[in-house]
Amino acid sequence: MTALLETCGLDVFYGDFQALFGVDVAAEEGETVAIIGANGAGKSSFMAALSGLTHSRAEQILLEGSPVGGMTAFDMVKRGISLVPEGRRLFPSLSVEENLLMGAHGRTTDRGWSLDAVYALFPVLKERRHQPAPSLSGGQQQMVAIGRALMANPRVLLCDEISLGLAPPVIRDVYAALGEVRRRATTVIIVEQDLGAALKASDRIYCFMEGRVCLSGKPSDLSRDAIRRAYFGG
Amino acid sequence: MSTLNTLIQGVLLGGLYALYAVGLALIFGVMRLVNLAHGDFIVLGAFVMLGLGMAIGVPAPVALVIALPFMFALGWGLQRLVLNRTLENDLLVPLLVTFGLSIIIQNGLLQIFSADSRRLTLGALETASYSFGGVSVGVVPLLTFVVAVAVVAGLSFLFYRTSLGRTLRATSDSLPVVELMGVDPRKVFATAMGISFLVITVSAFFMGVRANFDPSAGPSRLLYAFEAVVIGGLGSFWGTLAGGIILGIAQAVGGSISPAYQQLAGHLVFLAVILFRPRGLLPKAG
Repeated sequence: MTALLETCGLDVFYGDFQALFGVDVAAEEGETVAIIGANGAGKSSFMAALSGLTHSRAEQILLEGSPVGGMTAFDMVKRGISLVPEGRRLFPSLSVEENLLMGAHGRTTDRGWSLDAVYALFPVLKERRHQPAPSLSGGQQQMVAIGRALMANPRVLLCDEISLGLAPPVIRDVYAALGEVRRRATTVIIVEQDLGAALKASDRIYCFMEGRVCLSGKPSDLSRDAIRRAYFGG
Repeated sequence: MSTLNTLIQGVLLGGLYALYAVGLALIFGVMRLVNLAHGDFIVLGAFVMLGLGMAIGVPAPVALVIALPFMFALGWGLQRLVLNRTLENDLLVPLLVTFGLSIIIQNGLLQIFSADSRRLTLGALETASYSFGGVSVGVVPLLTFVVAVAVVAGLSFLFYRTSLGRTLRATSDSLPVVELMGVDPRKVFATAMGISFLVITVSAFFMGVRANFDPSAGPSRLLYAFEAVVIGGLGSFWGTLAGGIILGIAQAVGGSISPAYQQLAGHLVFLAVILFRPRGLLPKAG
């Protein structure tokens, strides 16, 4: 069985600095994969490569077996890979609804995500849809960022540090919403600092260290100890 | 009464400066590009309409209608083929390229049309005026002002009420994130430049019917446009209109003291705004 999204020996460079060394990661249709690791392990570089924000070789990223590496970010979205960027990166001069509508530009197929579907997932956004995006709380802004990425009706949703800076009850709400996304057979790849949230939400994890995959497997098959060792080294 | 007259003439002149300025403000707002050839493209637009009049004998308003799609295509192509290649993290390259374009346009027009002063003609309308209460208002200056307000209102509608405007504002906010939305910024930039060239063409028409122009008239149009944008701030197109009006009033008041002070008064107001309100009257929020 071919994976929906697969990296084969993915290298990422920033000038002379190499951030990723031959990373192999695969995600099946409808699967949720978590990428964990310490700061500087290369998680965000991995997401940047998958979303087309940094350059990579064509054959190093495969979507349904066809090479998509090195495509521009706007082509990646149209292929069905949509990123919720770290730090949310909402458009500050746009309202909540305008932010969501921007996401619809990348839509090429219908997987059931529309303004109404996003508002059904996050009812609070409907109440605040005409407010400027920066006036929302951090958790609500994260909901806008997720909703905006969903508006592209992606096959693969990339979530970069979506719990960062949020209070635990808000994190629970955000991950509950991701559960709904998974029920629609969307593949989700999350990068997460919060180990507990990552293990709970994912079918499989990959632990990165210094730009390489140092551990992978199903959360239930891995001992907490092994994960901790992979995470912190030693 | 003459004070009121001076003020009115200044406001109407400001309409023309606002027309010069909004196209410049649009491009700077969306792609942080200072188009140093902006004034020369205005003059080019006027020569296109003049040339249409000479070649096929159409009156100036018809030439304007013909020139609009041509100039849109010129702006679109200029952005796609030239300027998009200059927008790579370096502010100097687009400045140099548009400066070079400015020289090319001036010398190209000089070759084709010579250095003679030209005008677009509107017949009897040029000298028509309304008089009320001792104040006389020319029809053409009034029309210029009305069109300037309409252009500003139209651009505001486009920016705040349409899908294209949403994309333009989002692009202004953050270029990399717009790409993550599936938007090709090169197309957005080309469309923005095309719209700017529509405004350039309208302002070229009114420049041409209000005053003489020659191939070297571009840089001073750029200067007025630039001053109006800075005075108004980058918050909205209405601010740019206000900046144009303030510049127009300053020039009219200076000119009423002595013709030698007309330009100077405008520059002094511009400098005063830079000193005391460097972000302009209606700055961009945040």
